[in-house]
Amino acid sequence: MSNQSSEAISVLEAYKLSKQVSSPEGTLTILSDVSFTIAAGESVAVVGPSGAGKSTLLALLAGLDLPSTGHVVLNGSNLSRLDEDGRAVLRAESVGFVFQSFHLVPSLNALENVMLPLELAGQSNARAAALEIIEKVGLGERWSHYPAQLSGGEKQRVAIARAFATEPAVLFADEPTGNLDSRTGATIMQLMFKLNRESSTTLVLVTHDQALAARCDRILSLDVGKLVSDTRAAV
Amino acid sequence: MKALAFALRSFSRELRSGEVLVLLVAVGLAVAALTAVGFLTDRIGKAVARQANEVLAADLRLRSQVPVPEEWRDLAREYNLETADTLSFPSVVFKNDDSALATIKIVSDGYPLRGKVRIADTLFGEQRAVDGIPASGEVWADGSLLARVGADVGDTLAVGELNLRVTAILTYRPDQSIGFASLAPSLIMNIADASQSGLIGEGSRVAYALLVAGDEAAVTDFNDAIQDILPDEIRVRSQEESSERAYNAADRAQRFLSLTAVISLLLSAVAVAMSARRFAHRRMDTVALMKSLGATQGFVISVALVQLLLLGVLGVVAGSVVGFAAEELLSRILIDLLQQGELPGVGLRPVILACSSAMVLLLGFALPSLIQLRNTPPLRILRHDVMPPPPSRIFVAGLSLAAVAALLYRSVGDPVMLLILIGGIIVIAGLLYLLGRLMVAVIGRARSGVGVAWRYGLANVARRGRDSAVQVVAFGLGITVLLLLTLVRTDLLEGWRSTLEDDAPNHFLINIQPHELDSVGKLFELSEIEAPVFTPMVRARMVSINDESVKDREYPNEDGKWLANREANLSWTEAMSSSNELLEGAWWPAGYRGPPLASIESEAAANAGFSIGDRLKFVIAGREVEAEISSIRKINWDSFQPNFFIVLSPGALDGMPTTYISSLRIAAEKQPMLIDLMRAHPSVSVIDLGAILEQVRGIIEKASLAVQAVFMFTLAAGIAVLFAAVQSTIDERRFESAMLRALGAKRRTVFAGVMAEFAALGTAAGVLASAGASVLAYLVATRMFDLAYSFSPMLWLAGVSGGVLVVCVSGYFAARSAVNSRPADVLREVNT
Repeated sequence: MSNQSSEAISVLEAYKLSKQVSSPEGTLTILSDVSFTIAAGESVAVVGPSGAGKSTLLALLAGLDLPSTGHVVLNGSNLSRLDEDGRAVLRAESVGFVFQSFHLVPSLNALENVMLPLELAGQSNARAAALEIIEKVGLGERWSHYPAQLSGGEKQRVAIARAFATEPAVLFADEPTGNLDSRTGATIMQLMFKLNRESSTTLVLVTHDQALAARCDRILSLDVGKLVSDTRAAV
Repeated sequence: MKALAFALRSFSRELRSGEVLVLLVAVGLAVAALTAVGFLTDRIGKAVARQANEVLAADLRLRSQVPVPEEWRDLAREYNLETADTLSFPSVVFKNDDSALATIKIVSDGYPLRGKVRIADTLFGEQRAVDGIPASGEVWADGSLLARVGADVGDTLAVGELNLRVTAILTYRPDQSIGFASLAPSLIMNIADASQSGLIGEGSRVAYALLVAGDEAAVTDFNDAIQDILPDEIRVRSQEESSERAYNAADRAQRFLSLTAVISLLLSAVAVAMSARRFAHRRMDTVALMKSLGATQGFVISVALVQLLLLGVLGVVAGSVVGFAAEELLSRILIDLLQQGELPGVGLRPVILACSSAMVLLLGFALPSLIQLRNTPPLRILRHDVMPPPPSRIFVAGLSLAAVAALLYRSVGDPVMLLILIGGIIVIAGLLYLLGRLMVAVIGRARSGVGVAWRYGLANVARRGRDSAVQVVAFGLGITVLLLLTLVRTDLLEGWRSTLEDDAPNHFLINIQPHELDSVGKLFELSEIEAPVFTPMVRARMVSINDESVKDREYPNEDGKWLANREANLSWTEAMSSSNELLEGAWWPAGYRGPPLASIESEAAANAGFSIGDRLKFVIAGREVEAEISSIRKINWDSFQPNFFIVLSPGALDGMPTTYISSLRIAAEKQPMLIDLMRAHPSVSVIDLGAILEQVRGIIEKASLAVQAVFMFTLAAGIAVLFAAVQSTIDERRFESAMLRALGAKRRTVFAGVMAEFAALGTAAGVLASAGASVLAYLVATRMFDLAYSFSPMLWLAGVSGGVLVVCVSGYFAARSAVNSRPADVLREVNT
């Protein structure tokens, strides 16, 4: 999948994105004038030091927040033109998430957590589909466990299963190994790249981990809110 | 549908979380209190109505100057009602050469239909309730009648042409107080002996009555049916008119209970609001997650609403069960006090009412939090500090006030009272909040001079700023209403009881002739009983009002017409009785000897359509007296003082045939002196009010018991508020104490810090709650219950120490788990 050229169909487009927030010290610019296009099936790492604006960029790309200026086109839809519910529906259809701190619903068991996005997207065979993917992430025996009964690595497996369950066009991962030891982290990333390849999902990965970033097709480097480099891995 | 499935799926686990439990308990308590109070007031209301009916010895009494025709008896039977007949008239009873005037009461089987006749075997002997009536040839006679003619049980009395044997002393008959002012001691005989007595015939002054009783609805139907077809000579009397006193007491009992329920409800509202706030806060992360996964706002709010509704239903069910059980238990206790076989049953109305109230409560106090929840930005999934905008304050205040007003209106009824209550609550909440902010500022500076635990605790109070102030409001409101209720329960209840103190008069003396005043007074002096006050009484007939004949005049209602047309008892006095209150006009000046003036009792004035300036003309023993109405006054019937609907100015009745009446307290051991009194003054009638007093006391006793029982619910609701307040910061506390302990603080130190914080909050809340409760209690006492209220310093002591104690104890239990959690667990839990 790494032989895509920039002319290939783009699934995610950032156009002159900036984000300002007001603070007691005055207006703070978190992102300024960030533009790029991500093609379908690409895997892209977003790197940069703390405070560079990585998470903000992720939030804007996924429609969790809106830019102060500029716009994002996700899977053909301009996010700025949609209201909150519209963006939610779009996410349900075409976005998956994996978070640093897992974010499982504590009152639902592993299977129910995986079923959640399927049900939100209105899929009728949610349970069967969820069971299948949960099997794939290696938790077939533990589907009935609640988050509190699972280890960190297991929680992240559930989160990955949940993210891939709807076969999203774009998967956003925010420091997915940040809360895991290096061995578990490595296994989790292997799983993620494997599923990514199998389902030809576009992957946007925010990370500190240079080794992890190197496994992606492309690396976007941010510093103080600006896109400082856009490197493609050698073919 | 998706939302419903999701809500149901996660609900059972949600139930285990603290805030959901508090929410559930709050709703449950509100429902339990309302159900129990609703049932109780319903039942007590009905029981009191029955007790009032005792005064009629029936539910309905048809009375007439001629025998009541058979058709009315048949009609009553068609409605499945019980009937009994009574005839009463004055007659002289003989034993050998001694004679005395008696009220002869001739009764048929079944009498009395309500209440019980009580008899004793000897004079002043132990009395007992009986079923049935004297057998033919026998009578039961009032002790004072026997004393007058020197007879005893077993002797024979001549009644008309019959000789009847006395088989028991009549100590009480339910209908004895009717028209007692003209009453001689009673004698009950069987209707089978009536015709042979020769007493009933042309010219005899017999009052016939048909007593009717039965199922409440049937009685009402029967009453409605006969209203229009009843001939003029038959007059119907139902419960409403029969016992002013019993109604006063019952009315107050219900107000007390309603107030208690209202306060439980308010406390529950505070608990609901606080736990709903936490309910929403705890769900923000999940909502942000669900939104990031594509959930719409509609889905989010649907899930929250379904879960809230489920909570409401659970709370309602649990609350109804508890309320019903409590009511069942209470009414079992009350049966003894009521001296009735069983309490009247009640419908499901109180349950329906309690349930709808619970739903109003949930919507009014939990909805704002849910709306905030709905607006949670999905960005929160990445940035935990992002919060949804708080709901507009005007919206929150408007919604909760509307809910409170809706809930209170039915219980309080009186709009002025409602405004006082709501206004009081708003003012106290505002003051508490200001005090909370002030305290936070002061404490922020004061913490340098204290130990580490206190510094940590006080720093917490200061750091939480607004939250601390909100907690002071919650604690303060909780303590305010608890104090208020305690005051109502003790101070007010005591005040109310004292209107019926042990030295309340228990006997009436009537028909004392002017020349007997000295010797009657002397008899009491000899027996070392306080000299009675004699009130003059003149029998008169009203003939015209503003020169219009009483017969031609239009009256606002039947009672007014009856009042104007009957033989009236007038009195005169220099100064107004202490048991009266002037409502309109002015009392005549001291030493007034001008043209006759009249003062009218307010209800009588309203019924008859009298107002100040109207001229009433009376005929008294052939002479006319006209008096102008100069004032309208309210009578406190509970006082048991001789009171008159119409009182004239001094001099107005000079030279008219006058008798005197008096009310006085005679201790049980001195009551035998009454026999001497009756022997020396055979024309004086002595009326024993003991039985009536007992009735009224019974109502008060049972009312206070019920109030205390319902108070328990309120107490529980108050504690729920405190728990909700502590719960609202529990996550933070868990994390902080884990941090502190990870940093090396001993558990004891952390605990002492938490306690220091609660102690500071409790003090602030206690001070303001004491002030608030004093003011509210004063308003409630004076405006709602017509009682004097005295401010008590003990209240402040109780408020502050109680505040610290209660807040610390509930804080201890609520925060214990937070402090005791293993730091490692807490710190690990942060990632789920």
